[in-house]
Amino acid sequence: MDILSNKFFLLALTFGVYAISRIIQKKTGLILLNPILLSITVIILFIKITGIDYKVYEEASLAIDVWLSPCVVALGVPLYRQLDDIRKQLWPILVSQIVGCLVGIISVVYIAKWLGATNEVVISLAPKSVTTPIAMQVSSMTGGIPALTVSSVVITGVFGAMFGFAIFKLFKVSTPIGISLGIGNGSHALGTSRAMEVSPRFGAYAGLGLSLNGVLTSMIAPILLEWIL
Amino acid sequence: MLALGELVVFITGVKIPSSIFGMLFLTIFLKVGWIKLHWVKDVSDFLTRNLAFFFIPPGVKLMLYFGVIKAQFVPIISALIGSTVLVFITTAVAYKITRKYISKRK
Repeated sequence: MDILSNKFFLLALTFGVYAISRIIQKKTGLILLNPILLSITVIILFIKITGIDYKVYEEASLAIDVWLSPCVVALGVPLYRQLDDIRKQLWPILVSQIVGCLVGIISVVYIAKWLGATNEVVISLAPKSVTTPIAMQVSSMTGGIPALTVSSVVITGVFGAMFGFAIFKLFKVSTPIGISLGIGNGSHALGTSRAMEVSPRFGAYAGLGLSLNGVLTSMIAPILLEWIL
Repeated sequence: MLALGELVVFITGVKIPSSIFGMLFLTIFLKVGWIKLHWVKDVSDFLTRNLAFFFIPPGVKLMLYFGVIKAQFVPIISALIGSTVLVFITTAVAYKITRKYISKRK
């Protein structure tokens, strides 16, 4: 049992599971075998089966957690590469992001309320479309449960990464920039990473969507939530 | 150069409370030329390519909330998925409409 709860072993396990999940995804090409979903499932099962304390894993994974913010910062590079393109269409981008941000908060609140979620849960779901550090901040500011917010952010992100492009196809939306902005706005860094796989240009716009929505949501959500709750 | 790139990312990430501002600052500094693209290119490419990986730990944390999620499974999942689909479509359509409107006025 000593080895199983060793920090380095758990870190190595996380890397290993992710690497294998990516290979599986590449080999099979199945949407349902999304590497993140697969990795999360395998690690949760591992923790449950071996019976190690979740806290031990959490401590080990801190080494990964600290990189999430630098990752978002790193998106500044693809953004810089597309800067001239972006400047040319400042207004369409701004308008679409504001619309997306408002729709995101209002719709998740009303759907959850209508289906009978408790108030605390509703508030926790509201910042689901922005990346974890911001979402947690918004959640604790507005009286949600930050950790539940993280779960909803991950669920939203995995969903967006898995089905984002398929949804746009279904609704016959074919503007590449619009799609990228939507994916970044709706499903933050996980959607953006998927867009990055498709092409760096998609990724840059998705990154822009992610950042603008992050800024907008942290400003709008606290005020808006007070209004509609 | 890799280390310097990391340092830049680190400094911009820490000075500003939010990673989003760090990202915008990195973009601006690159534009102004205070940071050269080749300093940060490799680190940034590596991080952005593997962005999803860093969501595994928060995802695993989900197991602590299975109870809450199970108890309100339908509202939580439908709200998240329904709202995300709405955001995707409205954002893309709003972009398309505004672009059309602006190019018409010109």
